[in-house]
Amino acid sequence: MSEVTSVVFAGLGGQGVLTASDIFADVVFEAGVDVKKSEIHGMSQRGGSVTTEVRFGDCVLSPMVPPGEADFLVVLESSQIENNQWTLKKGGVLLEPGMIDSARLENKKALNVAMLGLLSAKLDFAADVWSRVIAARVPERLREVNAAAFKLGAES
Amino acid sequence: MADNNRSLLSGNEAVARAALDAGVALGVGYPGTPSTEILETFAACGGKAQWSPNEKVALEVGIGVAFGGARALVTMKHVGVNVAADPLFTVAYSGCPGGLVIVTADDPGMASSQNEQDNRHYARAAGVPMFEPSDSQEAYDFTFAALALAEDFQTPVFLRLTTRICHSKTIVRRRAERRPENQAAFVRDVKSYVMIPAYARPAHVRMRARLAEIAHVSETSTVNRVDDGRPELGIITSGVAYMHAREACPSARILKLGLTYPLPIEKIRAFAESVDRCVVVEEGDPILVSDARSAGIAVEGKDEMYRFGELNVARVRRIIAGNTAPEPRPPAGKPPALCQGCPHRIAFQALKELDAIVSGDIGCYTLGVMPPFQSIDTCVCMGASIGVGLGLRHVLPAQQAKKVVSVIGDSTFIHSGLTGIAEMVYNPPRTGHVVVILDNATTAMTGLQEHPGTGRALNHEPARKMVLEDVIRAMGVEDVQVFNPHKEKDHVKTLFAEAMEREGLTVFIMRSPCVLAAKKIHQYDTANAAAAGE
Repeated sequence: MSEVTSVVFAGLGGQGVLTASDIFADVVFEAGVDVKKSEIHGMSQRGGSVTTEVRFGDCVLSPMVPPGEADFLVVLESSQIENNQWTLKKGGVLLEPGMIDSARLENKKALNVAMLGLLSAKLDFAADVWSRVIAARVPERLREVNAAAFKLGAES
Repeated sequence: MADNNRSLLSGNEAVARAALDAGVALGVGYPGTPSTEILETFAACGGKAQWSPNEKVALEVGIGVAFGGARALVTMKHVGVNVAADPLFTVAYSGCPGGLVIVTADDPGMASSQNEQDNRHYARAAGVPMFEPSDSQEAYDFTFAALALAEDFQTPVFLRLTTRICHSKTIVRRRAERRPENQAAFVRDVKSYVMIPAYARPAHVRMRARLAEIAHVSETSTVNRVDDGRPELGIITSGVAYMHAREACPSARILKLGLTYPLPIEKIRAFAESVDRCVVVEEGDPILVSDARSAGIAVEGKDEMYRFGELNVARVRRIIAGNTAPEPRPPAGKPPALCQGCPHRIAFQALKELDAIVSGDIGCYTLGVMPPFQSIDTCVCMGASIGVGLGLRHVLPAQQAKKVVSVIGDSTFIHSGLTGIAEMVYNPPRTGHVVVILDNATTAMTGLQEHPGTGRALNHEPARKMVLEDVIRAMGVEDVQVFNPHKEKDHVKTLFAEAMEREGLTVFIMRSPCVLAAKKIHQYDTANAAAAGE
């Protein structure tokens, strides 16, 4: 059975959870690895809890992470840790905003990209793929801010 | 090696790309989660797409396209098919020369819907063939297959997606060449297109014969295929449930169904006989299992508890194990709420203070049921606020009847509130009635889509604007009051109270753009004005 890695992203509507998982899925895709990304739209835009799931490996089947089987849980808002903890497998890795030095985060809205920096340090995707995908996904005027946020996360 | 035809697409994006590559002349629908992005993507990549006032009109436009020999893609969420059911059941008799594909985007688990109806029933009820993709690649491929089957047999065809297919991104390889659009031409065929009883009787017989022929296609088609595995366990499945099943039971032999109506019954029979144990793994209602059993095929189904909500890998494991122990419930997250600054908040605050009995409708404003307002008392379907409010008014004692107010959004009002106004004017309750239209100048809930009242088309270019107050006055409502809720914030309660006391027919239009849409609306209008000035 081939290995599949599962990552759950969680936060609140408006925090950029969907963007973070889109960037990550693109990075995996660009690296030539099979990937599936799943999310729930709709009410999510109205400030409620949002989760998205990215799975990658040689051959990904279900787009949904089975409960309690996520390898990584990336949470953008500390209030959302408790209600998402159940998605992690035993020994799975929780990445949460407390791990980022918020004083050094120039633009608070770039927290999602800083969290991707944290995640990148745990995985084997090339730095240039990350920077290329992030640059393509964020508005031009925010490229530098996001590049800095990613670096901050990667070095945290 | 870079492959320019390979990309990571959602199921919705894949259907849109396929429609473009397969020569669809017109995409038409009404926004509804999880289907909305299909037409938006189709338009963004160069297809001709438009929003209709509702799904019934959308399907009728699609039928016209197909009667003209061109290819049509009609998109809607599952409950939209209820609205479009009238033309659906009859075009299934008529047939049409151009490929007519209807996308039904079902929402098992109700991520953003008022029910989780299983639209596989519609295929059977209307006699319309149905494809069910399991990922974005199949969403792309099956759109081609559905259009081809539709033209081969001159029948409308369903493409049934579910939330997880619509909104999951998976890798898709597109075809290198685009198929040109059909040459549209009307060929008179009165006995097919005019469904008077004398012509409809033979048309029904023809439709059943057509389905019998398509059943042969279903038996031989490679979209209904066996993934080989050990014979101890066989699984029959379709849609996203196939992915869950393959992951849950990697060594099982699997019959994966892509063309799920008409079913390949003999293929199913042979498969069931080839394995020691045969389990049907289907999301939603027990449809495949019932069809197999009524053909005399011994298959196991799932426990009733798995009829509710989405399936996932863990639930499929439980189904196979026959595990009916209560499932762990994930902890509740933070519920959604009306945005800060949302103009709807002002209406709900006033209605709460007046202790109104609020007949609500479908849209963001349904969130008026949540704290701190908790001021929606009923919500059934698109447009129901007005009819349900009138019914309550007719029977409640006068003191209570006067408290009934119908609340509906602008897009929903155009979708199916107009006939409610006709009813109100025609059969006014003794205590009158009060309708509040929350006009935020967009279809907000589904992601800010245009509608006939915004003055812009699907691609945000200028369109003739339908003026709600003019229409409502013309329908016979004398008291129509239009105001900006932010400006009249302190008077809203008084205005409502006076109207409720007056016992006449009043329509309030509270007009202020959605806070999420205001900036975009300004950009569209500025761009359109600049284009007009050139």
